[in-house]
Amino acid sequence: MLEFPRWKYALAAFMLLLGMLYALPNVFPQDPAVQVTANRGGTVDAALTERVKGVLEKAGIEAKQVELENGSLLVRLHDVKQQLKSVDLIRDALKHEFTVALNLASTVPEWLTALGARPMVLGLDLQGGVHFLMEVDERAAVQKRETALIEDIRAVLREKEIAYASVDRTEDGIGIVLRDAGVRDAAATAIGAALPELLVEDGATEAELRARLREAELKQIIDHTLEQNISTLRNRVNELGVAEPIVQRQGVSRIVVQLPGVQDTALAKKILGATATLEYREVVGDSMTAAYDALQSGRVPPDARIYYRRQLGLDGKPIPVLLSKRVIASGDQLVDARAGFNPEDGSPMVSVRLNAAGGQRMLDFTSENVGKGMAVVFIERRPETKIVDGKEVRSVRITEEVISVATVQGVFGKTFQTTGLESSKEASELALLLRAGSLAAPVDIVEERIIGPSLGQENIRAGWLAVSFSFLFVLGFFLVYYKVFGVVTNLALLLNLLLLVAVMSILGATLTLPGLAGIALTVGMSVDANVLINERIREELRAGNTPLASIAAGFDKASGTIADANVTALLAGIALFAFGTGPVKGFAVSLIVGILTSMYTAVSVARGIATLIYANRRKKVTKVSI
Amino acid sequence: MELFPSNSKFDFMRLRRAAIAVACALALIALAALLTRGLNFALDFTGGTVAELHFEKPVELDDLRERLDAAGFDGAVVQTIGASNEVMVRLQPRGGEGAAAQTADAVLQAVQSQDNPVTLVSSDFVGPQIGDELAYNGVLAVVFVLVGFLIYITIRFEWKFAVSAIVTTFFDVFVVVGYFALVQREFDLTVLAGVMSVMGYSINDKIVVFDRVRENFRSSLRVSPAELLNASVNQTLSRTIITSFVAFLTVVALYLYGGRSLENMAESQMIGIVLGTLSSIFVACPLLLMLNVSKRDLLPKARDLAALERRP
Repeated sequence: MLEFPRWKYALAAFMLLLGMLYALPNVFPQDPAVQVTANRGGTVDAALTERVKGVLEKAGIEAKQVELENGSLLVRLHDVKQQLKSVDLIRDALKHEFTVALNLASTVPEWLTALGARPMVLGLDLQGGVHFLMEVDERAAVQKRETALIEDIRAVLREKEIAYASVDRTEDGIGIVLRDAGVRDAAATAIGAALPELLVEDGATEAELRARLREAELKQIIDHTLEQNISTLRNRVNELGVAEPIVQRQGVSRIVVQLPGVQDTALAKKILGATATLEYREVVGDSMTAAYDALQSGRVPPDARIYYRRQLGLDGKPIPVLLSKRVIASGDQLVDARAGFNPEDGSPMVSVRLNAAGGQRMLDFTSENVGKGMAVVFIERRPETKIVDGKEVRSVRITEEVISVATVQGVFGKTFQTTGLESSKEASELALLLRAGSLAAPVDIVEERIIGPSLGQENIRAGWLAVSFSFLFVLGFFLVYYKVFGVVTNLALLLNLLLLVAVMSILGATLTLPGLAGIALTVGMSVDANVLINERIREELRAGNTPLASIAAGFDKASGTIADANVTALLAGIALFAFGTGPVKGFAVSLIVGILTSMYTAVSVARGIATLIYANRRKKVTKVSI
Repeated sequence: MELFPSNSKFDFMRLRRAAIAVACALALIALAALLTRGLNFALDFTGGTVAELHFEKPVELDDLRERLDAAGFDGAVVQTIGASNEVMVRLQPRGGEGAAAQTADAVLQAVQSQDNPVTLVSSDFVGPQIGDELAYNGVLAVVFVLVGFLIYITIRFEWKFAVSAIVTTFFDVFVVVGYFALVQREFDLTVLAGVMSVMGYSINDKIVVFDRVRENFRSSLRVSPAELLNASVNQTLSRTIITSFVAFLTVVALYLYGGRSLENMAESQMIGIVLGTLSSIFVACPLLLMLNVSKRDLLPKARDLAALERRP
């Protein structure tokens, strides 16, 4: 009959509690804030707090709160306008020792966050910000490698004294034309042995060979190029001072960059497009002490310059190194750098490959300088814009950093290894940096979306308004049309919305404007299940069944239909999720989650409430208000 | 209170020829609109640049156009949105040329001036390649969903039901898209999302009716299919109308309060819901009848019968 097991009541109550708990963070609005974190050379402490407070006071900005939080300084402000003004002021005041970023600070109380509850992540169209999709030019990356390989092939053929007419790039790889047909096999073997990443096949005529990069190698080139670009981009994005940026690989050859809160896209793009390069230079004097001596005495040898390493010395400052002014090999001569393990003793190492030109110079240098030090300098050119006297001043900031200092152990040319690294992590980092400096394949922006902050606020407002109104319309209708069962339906609907928000918050799903629309739609579609049940109950009542039996039958018979109908709607949601991008994905997520939660609330919870109201009454139930 | 008499006995099946004729006519109009006018694809699918600019003071559109032309953005579409100092600039995609040249700040620089400062409200730039991909993915998504429906309904009901459901749902979607071609509303990604939710909603409707058909077939003895289908539609009528009404209310709230960016999506859904309801009532079952559905189609499969016979 009409019964509802106790444990299901407990479950429903539990869900209600969980739902309220995890949906609660969304009620706390986020403060527009400015976050100050320390770069190398700066410390976040009370002194900094005073400085920042001073800056704001002078400009007459009254912040909500200025205090230290989790190792950085957080300045909470009252609105977005204040926020934008403050970030510029603070940035100008603090200069390069600190990174100053726009942020949305959460106001969720501690005890909630301790439970793992957090508000839904706001998408760019609700937060304001910039979205870039960048595509790596695969062909350019492959071509670069092919050019290097062409030189290598020429070198191999010369070494084996095989005469060739030409080695050139063709549509499908590298074409090698030999002078004599007879030596083709010998040539193929030689090339194959020296350059295993090539697949050497017979060409069109007797005297031709065709060489192509193997599939695995191609894939690795693209992967590496993407990796390099992503890591370079990440570093640069950090410098831009954006809190919670997203830099991710998308698909085979694309990178998506999302910068919430950033408004000056021109600057953002220039910074992202900054170029990096490397230089191999000789170490002058003793790599440990020469630089310190020069610093102390103030005398720097005429053919040398002081550079600084990444690592900090005992005095807390970056270690200086004295390097020659002459460059041995530069970044665009670097073909590849891979982290690996030394076959002799298993220690981490990085193997480097230069092109022929670089290899020659390296050979020249190392033949005469075994035992001397050699360093790699990483150089970045970053454009900057400052406001000076109200006008924009563009300048380029060049940072140079020594990323590795090693001793030349033997004579080598194109291929060599750097050993003596502390860990395999250090090895992979070095390899990545080396590759990043080697002018990775050019990156094109293929998609860009900018949302201004005011639009973001507007969108939030509009979205929630729509959801509220759709909710109200539905509530009103059900009350009027189904009376008490209308109340049952409405309660189930409320729980549905609550669970929906809670699940999306827990999942960390991104809420977008279409996502809010999806929530509104879910409200409309989820009641379908309840309508089915209610209509069925009415039918059973009309057929003359007892009230309790009708209610039970209504729920039972309708559940099969509800399952079928919702599964198919779910299919549409899943397809949208799989094939959609960005905001549309947000819509799909709220649709899918909404359908799932509605299946639970409409069937199980509604039944529970109905049972509560109608079953176990001392008086026999003669009429059902429906 | 009941919106619909519970014992309605409309003879829907008698109207079936007329209903199908009307459906075909609608489909033809949609087709004609699509072929002659085509869809007004937004930049999500075509690629290009759209920038919304906010000027301090009202601005002369012709003046703007000249400046954009001078900066090399020929063929820019410039229009005001709402107030006279809010302007939308559209640029067609130009293949080959660096993306940087076409993006928002290039536009911003071209129109920036001392006496009338401009700020960027929002902008979208989509490279032509991405546009093609999104269009391709969109079509793929629709196909995927239709195939999914086909399989699921065949399993749960029977292939005739699946065919009828798919054809009717596709018809709904087709006419909605045709409507957009007719009135030339902008067709962007969110509209596509709206269309797909219409598919979900529409199939939902059909399944409810078919479920009742299945129940009636299984429990009835000597009723003709036409009568049975009629009865099924009548029985589910009030539920169908109410659900549609509620869903429609929801979408109307979206249309009125959701802001400009959601308007088109809401519109697609409003039309879709109305169409979905009408086709569930008037078209889905007549199609079933045309396919000669009968009780036999819904009986458990042959191997189950064989298993039944094998029992002692």
